[in-house]
Amino acid sequence: MPRWFSARRLVAGIPALWLTVFFLVPFLIVLKISFSEARLAIPPYAPFLTWLHGLPVPGIHLSGYAYLFTDPLYLRSYLYSVMVAAVSTLMCLLIGYPMAYAIARSSETWRNFLLMLIVLPFWTSFLLRVYAWIGLLQNDGLINEVLLRLGLIHHPIILLQTDFSLYVGIVYSYLPFMILPLYANLEKHDTALLEAAEDLGARPITAFLRVTLPQSVPGIAAGSLLVFIPVVGEYVIPTLLGRTDQIMIGRMLSDEFFDNRDWPVASGVAILILLALVVPIVLLQRVERRNLETAK
Amino acid sequence: MRRRGLFSRTALVLGLVFLYVPILSMIVYSFNNSRLVTVWDAAHSPTLKWYGVLLSDGEVLDAAWLSLRVAVCAATASTILGTLAGTALARFGAFRGRSLLVGMTTAPIVMPEVISGLSLLLLFVALEQAIGWPQGMGALTITLAHISFCMAYVTVVVQSRLAGFDESLEEAAQDLGARPAKVFWRITLPLILPAVLAGWLLAFTLSWDDLVISQFVAGPGSSTLPMVIFSKVRLGVSPDVNALATLMVSVVASGVVVAAVWMRHRQKRRERDAQLAAAANL
Repeated sequence: MPRWFSARRLVAGIPALWLTVFFLVPFLIVLKISFSEARLAIPPYAPFLTWLHGLPVPGIHLSGYAYLFTDPLYLRSYLYSVMVAAVSTLMCLLIGYPMAYAIARSSETWRNFLLMLIVLPFWTSFLLRVYAWIGLLQNDGLINEVLLRLGLIHHPIILLQTDFSLYVGIVYSYLPFMILPLYANLEKHDTALLEAAEDLGARPITAFLRVTLPQSVPGIAAGSLLVFIPVVGEYVIPTLLGRTDQIMIGRMLSDEFFDNRDWPVASGVAILILLALVVPIVLLQRVERRNLETAK
Repeated sequence: MRRRGLFSRTALVLGLVFLYVPILSMIVYSFNNSRLVTVWDAAHSPTLKWYGVLLSDGEVLDAAWLSLRVAVCAATASTILGTLAGTALARFGAFRGRSLLVGMTTAPIVMPEVISGLSLLLLFVALEQAIGWPQGMGALTITLAHISFCMAYVTVVVQSRLAGFDESLEEAAQDLGARPAKVFWRITLPLILPAVLAGWLLAFTLSWDDLVISQFVAGPGSSTLPMVIFSKVRLGVSPDVNALATLMVSVVASGVVVAAVWMRHRQKRRERDAQLAAAANL
């Protein structure tokens, strides 16, 4: 057998090869097409290399990007998406932290049961759970019905296709992604430290702010990134629950591709989303690696 | 002390209510006779009408069958690939290209789906132009696309399970003369089997549930179940979707109950074995 052949190389090599073909190369293609020009052809973009006097000439066009930067529609949608992601991350943190804390401090039998309750919705269809909110939030939906019956409002209030319904949908869908890493972190805390702080006369709130909160930073970081990154490019929730006058960037990409059939612009949007996410993704890998190392 | 516990516990209860009210509302309204999803028609409810409508809808049934085939294939392939990758990352120490493999197995988990979908479609188009394969979009391209993002999850699950075990058992087997392949089949695989099974189930669920990536790489005439649901829901609320949701929740819930009972049974048996062993030693 040749020297380069070994079982170890095969074990690492097969998945690496697969991911290279189906994950890495596709990105290079997106990058390539984003620098191409839209054509009325199949596929609808200009070829990367054209032949001139027998020599290959790379055709680099910035028309797609020029379009993205001159039309304020894209910039607004981009900033809106980043803002929605940041606000929903904060909301998930504020709701998820006390929940994770309560689970981490509960007795062992309860803990597994509660964790299962957090994870269970994750195993049922994401799309159907978002759909459920349409039924709850629409004008003749359950929430308006209850508010009317209680006499708190006299006309149904418009909840669907607002920022409110968008945030409800996102927080609802991504809350488990915040709670699980927070729980994993909080569960490892040594309660002796907290008791020591209280024995020394710290009030519970001070003990929490000075002892528990600083220790849980890795959990907060992991959870926040796991929510923030996918929400920036979220497509389903804004389409079903979000505003119609302000669309998010993921929807923009899809519309450019399917409705306008402008592949270079759609690829350009994808590259811009990725640029916004490079820093958070690298941060996430660092945090995860450190969390894995401290777990050992 | 007690007051702080009270605050976080209240938050936990309210949070769980928030997580479960939408699911429960779908279950309740699936038995409602009225077309208006949220108006309870007390005179004719509960009814199984919408289950009948759902199960006689050929489009839904075809899509469910396609989703099932895709999910089984994608879950199986991604479990094999993910187990290999997880083993390499947890057991091979430092090797050339390790950080690239780490990056490529963690990035798909957080990658916005629109980007994964777009890039895979462009790959398939380019491949078809270059080598004439795959011919058109359909079940094959959906399955290939699903394998790629599902295997990332399996890798993480398997890797963290392996990180929880030290290598002493494997080293012992090796010292006793077992070849690496035998060590893997007889020692490593049985140890990580729960993680491999969990990875398969996770991959199956992710594939079964995926809408965005499928929408990009599906051709005309190959609609998965989430695609059919999405187009129904975009046209307006339709009550048979509640029935479908109820069926899916029931399957998941009964699966979880069976798994919990099985695990408790296994744990009890293990405790009994330990007691017997202890008694035999006396």
